Amino acid sequence: MSAAPPIRGRGPWELAFERLRRDRAAIASAITILFALAIALAAPLLAQLTGHSPIEQFTETGLSPTGIPVGPGREFWLGTDGLGRDVLVRIAYGTRVSLLVGVLASGLAVLIGAIVGIAAGWHGGAVDTLLSRFMDVVLSLPFLILALALAALVGPGLGVSIFLIAFFSWASVGRIVRAEARAIREREYVQAARALGAGSARIMFVEMLPVVSATVIVYATLLIPSSIAFEATLSFLGLGVPPPTPTWGNMLTDAMAYYKVAWWLLVFPGAALLGITYAFNVLGDSVRDALDPRHDQTIGAGRGGAG
Amino acid sequence: MIGFLLRRIAWGTLVVWLVATLVFVVYFAVPRDVARLIAGRQASEETLVVVRARLGLDQPILVQYGRFIGRLVHGDLGESFITQESVVSIVARDIPVSASLALGGSALWLLLGVGAGVVAAIRPRSRTDRSITALALFFYSMPTFLVGQLLLYFLFFQLYRVGFEFFPPGSYVPFTDSPLQWARFLILPWFTIALVTGAAYARLTRGAMLDALGEDYIRTARSKGLPEWRVVLLHALRSSLTPVVTQFGIDLGTLMGGAIVTEVVFGLPGLGREVVQAILKQDLPVIIGVTILSSALVVAANLLVDVCQSLLDPRVRAN
Repeated sequence: MSAAPPIRGRGPWELAFERLRRDRAAIASAITILFALAIALAAPLLAQLTGHSPIEQFTETGLSPTGIPVGPGREFWLGTDGLGRDVLVRIAYGTRVSLLVGVLASGLAVLIGAIVGIAAGWHGGAVDTLLSRFMDVVLSLPFLILALALAALVGPGLGVSIFLIAFFSWASVGRIVRAEARAIREREYVQAARALGAGSARIMFVEMLPVVSATVIVYATLLIPSSIAFEATLSFLGLGVPPPTPTWGNMLTDAMAYYKVAWWLLVFPGAALLGITYAFNVLGDSVRDALDPRHDQTIGAGRGGAG
Repeated sequence: MIGFLLRRIAWGTLVVWLVATLVFVVYFAVPRDVARLIAGRQASEETLVVVRARLGLDQPILVQYGRFIGRLVHGDLGESFITQESVVSIVARDIPVSASLALGGSALWLLLGVGAGVVAAIRPRSRTDRSITALALFFYSMPTFLVGQLLLYFLFFQLYRVGFEFFPPGSYVPFTDSPLQWARFLILPWFTIALVTGAAYARLTRGAMLDALGEDYIRTARSKGLPEWRVVLLHALRSSLTPVVTQFGIDLGTLMGGAIVTEVVFGLPGLGREVVQAILKQDLPVIIGVTILSSALVVAANLLVDVCQSLLDPRVRAN
């Protein structure tokens, strides 16, 4: 005899997590991301295992007598680059840069976007007009040109890349959070908090922030892959993290010179870059569907009619 | 309508002015020696004085700013520090390349993106839909330079090795020289832009189509006995195009100012490659000129989108 399990109320977060757990694409991409994280953490280990540091040039073993990169083999598992450096170890170290930039830049962008968006939505009036217009200006800047110009001016580097990516990404989050905050502002519970004498800061961060957090989480997940791609693009154009630090963008720039003789210089870093951005995008879509099941019902309604 | 238009133009002018000021502050107000940058490290103190006087760098910063804006209003963007060529003529030389790239690329991405989005939305959750959605996300995830590199590797290099030499590795042939060669040299760059941007349009169109197909007027259209293709193409697609048009205006405006990455990968002498080279050489007038032009193009595109939408939907004007 087994007693029926007691009925238990489940919160929206728990329901979303349940949905996510049953989503095979989401699980697969989460595993991919964890794998990349493990590679990033184990990069020094990999360097020790192979005996190749990421910037050491093996001019004897890593280059053919005519100075051409060596293909994948026992000594260099994923081949070497034009300077005789180990591609595998460099990819592993590049993973660190990509994940770091992706997470920090999008985290910073989402933080600024959420604060500005809530402030604009809650205060309304002149504050809202000013902040909204500011976001419009940021969104209409030719961001790649300005990012490149600024990077060249202050000197490219990891911190500069993170800051630039965050600066050109926060406004799109801010606009969406603002729209949501404006809608929440009129809800009864916010009015109630106000009537109880809660201050602006309390209402914005204790009453309103948790409600917009679903949007914020979805955006954070979707901003990570675009930040990673942004960093790779800056590096590719020579204004990201400067060489000899290995980044996927730097490696793909080198690949441009050698792709006719060394396919591995293009294929492996390219696959790493694509794999991680694809995984984050799939996860982001899944998180959005899990947090906003209405999305799913729209699909269902369309399907029913199409018959 | 006139009031709406004037307001939008005033706003657009304000944005361009802000960008110009930002660029000016970044390059000239920051304390560093622009004259030494131009004259080179070995230049003597006398040379520096001459250079400063010639460029007006010895004037107070506000006077410099006034002159800068004054020249801008008259359409004078100065001349390159390095080649002494006027920035206006550099831009005039590069713009046909960037425009060719943008126009062909955008036609292709609209076709691919909207087409794929509609096909995916007709049978949601079917195998076709899943394949299209996965493929769109694949290209959506790829940085543009990687798509360009892969197209070069597979369609130029691998085909070239087996003796099929249709796709060129890069470079540009003007339309006026030979329209056919012009298209042949642009076909890989067009696809590079179209695959990346089209992927975003496929996602956008699919979402909007699914929303539209769930509306009551679609049920009405179906129950009137209209053929399914008319329901999909004339009723649902029409209303789904609004967000697509909005996005299209902005993307086209951005692209006209130079597809930086695509131009670099394929060696196309357009505005985008020009500005990257100028940035690497710190050729300030060229950087400033192209930056201001690009933001003006984005603003103009936004304005055009707003006007189109207000013609289609009068509610926009009230906002």
